[in-house]
Amino acid sequence: MIESAGMEPVLSVRNLHTRFHTEDGIVHAVGGVSFDLLPGKVLGIVGESGSGKSVTALSIMKLVVSPPGEVTADAITLEGEDILGIDEVRARRIRGSRIAMVFQDPMKSLNPVLTIGRQLTEALREHLGLSDRAARDRAIELLDRVGIPMARDRLGDYPHQFSGGMRQRVMIAIALSCNPSVLIADEATTALDVTIQAQIIDLVKRLTEDLGTAVIWISHDLGVVAGICDSVAVMYAGRIVESGPVRDLFHRPSHGYTLGLLGSTPRLDDDEERRLQPIDGLPPSLLDPVPLCPFLPRCRHAVGACREKPPAWRDVADVHGTRCWADLTPYWRATNG
Amino acid sequence: MSTPPLHIGAGDPSAPPAYRGGAFLACQQFMRNHAALAGFFILLLLGFAAVLAPWISPYDPTALKLSEKLLPPSFSHWMGTDYFGRDVMTRIVWGGRVSLSVAFLVVFYSLLVGVPIGLVSGFVGGRLDNALMRMMDAFLTFPPLLLAVAIVGLLGPDLENVVIALGIVQIPVFARIVRGSTLSAREEVYIVAARALGASAARVVFSGILRNIVSPIVVQITIVFAGAIIAEASLSFLGLGSQPPDPSWGRDLSEARRYMGDAPWLIIGPILACMLCVLSINFVGDGLRDSLDPRSWRAKTTGGSTPRVPEQVTP
Repeated sequence: MIESAGMEPVLSVRNLHTRFHTEDGIVHAVGGVSFDLLPGKVLGIVGESGSGKSVTALSIMKLVVSPPGEVTADAITLEGEDILGIDEVRARRIRGSRIAMVFQDPMKSLNPVLTIGRQLTEALREHLGLSDRAARDRAIELLDRVGIPMARDRLGDYPHQFSGGMRQRVMIAIALSCNPSVLIADEATTALDVTIQAQIIDLVKRLTEDLGTAVIWISHDLGVVAGICDSVAVMYAGRIVESGPVRDLFHRPSHGYTLGLLGSTPRLDDDEERRLQPIDGLPPSLLDPVPLCPFLPRCRHAVGACREKPPAWRDVADVHGTRCWADLTPYWRATNG
Repeated sequence: MSTPPLHIGAGDPSAPPAYRGGAFLACQQFMRNHAALAGFFILLLLGFAAVLAPWISPYDPTALKLSEKLLPPSFSHWMGTDYFGRDVMTRIVWGGRVSLSVAFLVVFYSLLVGVPIGLVSGFVGGRLDNALMRMMDAFLTFPPLLLAVAIVGLLGPDLENVVIALGIVQIPVFARIVRGSTLSAREEVYIVAARALGASAARVVFSGILRNIVSPIVVQITIVFAGAIIAEASLSFLGLGSQPPDPSWGRDLSEARRYMGDAPWLIIGPILACMLCVLSINFVGDGLRDSLDPRSWRAKTTGGSTPRVPEQVTP
């Protein structure tokens, strides 16, 4: 897991479990996730649909509906303060002001019947206690900062008068309005087309650098993650299977799943001959906990140990670890950065 | 919604849209619908007539004057007189007073009880939802008019009891509609997004959910209002509503029935009043439904300076 090297982490999660009690049984959506997020850094969480990325985020935000959801952990600390056991009233005060979230679909994450101005100023008044006028001024400044032209005139507009990219800019403005120390972007660019995606990534990067906000960037797009993140955690079946600094992890993938993901992603510097290698099969059902490595049935690189005991966490390099028995060094890229 | 910001043109010939409040835009949209506007004015006229009845009606609605019984329409009696020599026009205006206030109170009470039940049921869910909805289902198993007749029968024929009966009948209708809309609004991403920004439960319910389900509620209000007018007329027709000699559309109609051959004008007035009222309400309801949705305010209000965007660009 990603250990802090000297610096005090702004967000620290230890052994997070999230289960959903359904009619079919207990779904183990997140099974023991631990990580540290350092101030001002960007942590990417990658994995395919259903790997538990979003549930991890919602669990940290305490937005998992209970019942049927159930969140347990050894510790979740935000800026040194334990936020695992806090009640709803205190959780509400933290949400939006110290930890904020941007969602996947900008078409749906703004309330269609309230003006942009109203939605921007609500959090400001709630958390910072600004007056109407001050909140309005700040809202204009924020819209300006996220690159919305004629910000003053657009406060009275409704979400449907904005394009998808513009709405996501507004969402980012709202999320960053109270200067949170952590921003969780859950597939924030997935619903946008590629040019807008690049603009939004750029915007988040610039703003969070200016404000010193730490970011958790949840995505299934390795290209995006490579572009924005400092470190990456790869999730599979509700667990972090590999994590490390972004360059190290991409150059020296040490888990069968990471290797599979990289093999199925097109790269600009590929040989023309290379064919994309899909990962065969489907992710396992999360209903019954798997005793061995959950990726085993789909793994091309499984070794004898994989079929005998569950993989233990082992370090590959400095702050780069994996949960895999196989030795994948032959697959590492020669061009080592 | 105060001071419209002054924009000094940045070389753009088409002036940018002035900042307008939602209420203004809703009114603007409403006025584009001519049927709704006509309905609104007819209702306004009926409403004024009802409120001002004691001052504008030239005759006493209840005083008997047998010397002038069953007169056909004339200049002194625009709609003729009934069997007891009372002016039909006057009685229709006074009857509107009864009908409209009964309908208004029915909507008020059923809204007051039904909407919170629906909101709580939909928002909290679980066992509470189950219990409340089964209770509402129990009410809905009776035909509405029959239930109202039964309640009035139990409490005694009287206008107040008509209000109570019709109100009780309409509560489950509001509760169900609000619950259904709440259930779907609750799952919207913007609700989760609002909570992720620290919105309280009250704020989520009021500006997140209630504001988004105003349209179905308003439409239901107009349906219930129109229904209540008909139901009050029906109950009065059956002799369970307003009692003689008080004027009422339904009861006057039931009396007029007996003189249909001799004085057909007696029957036209109440029917016309009822019809006009219900029709206008329905037109107004349609207009309101369209004009309360901000998505219908597009383009026309911003003078085309805001580029129109496709609703969905998600692949």
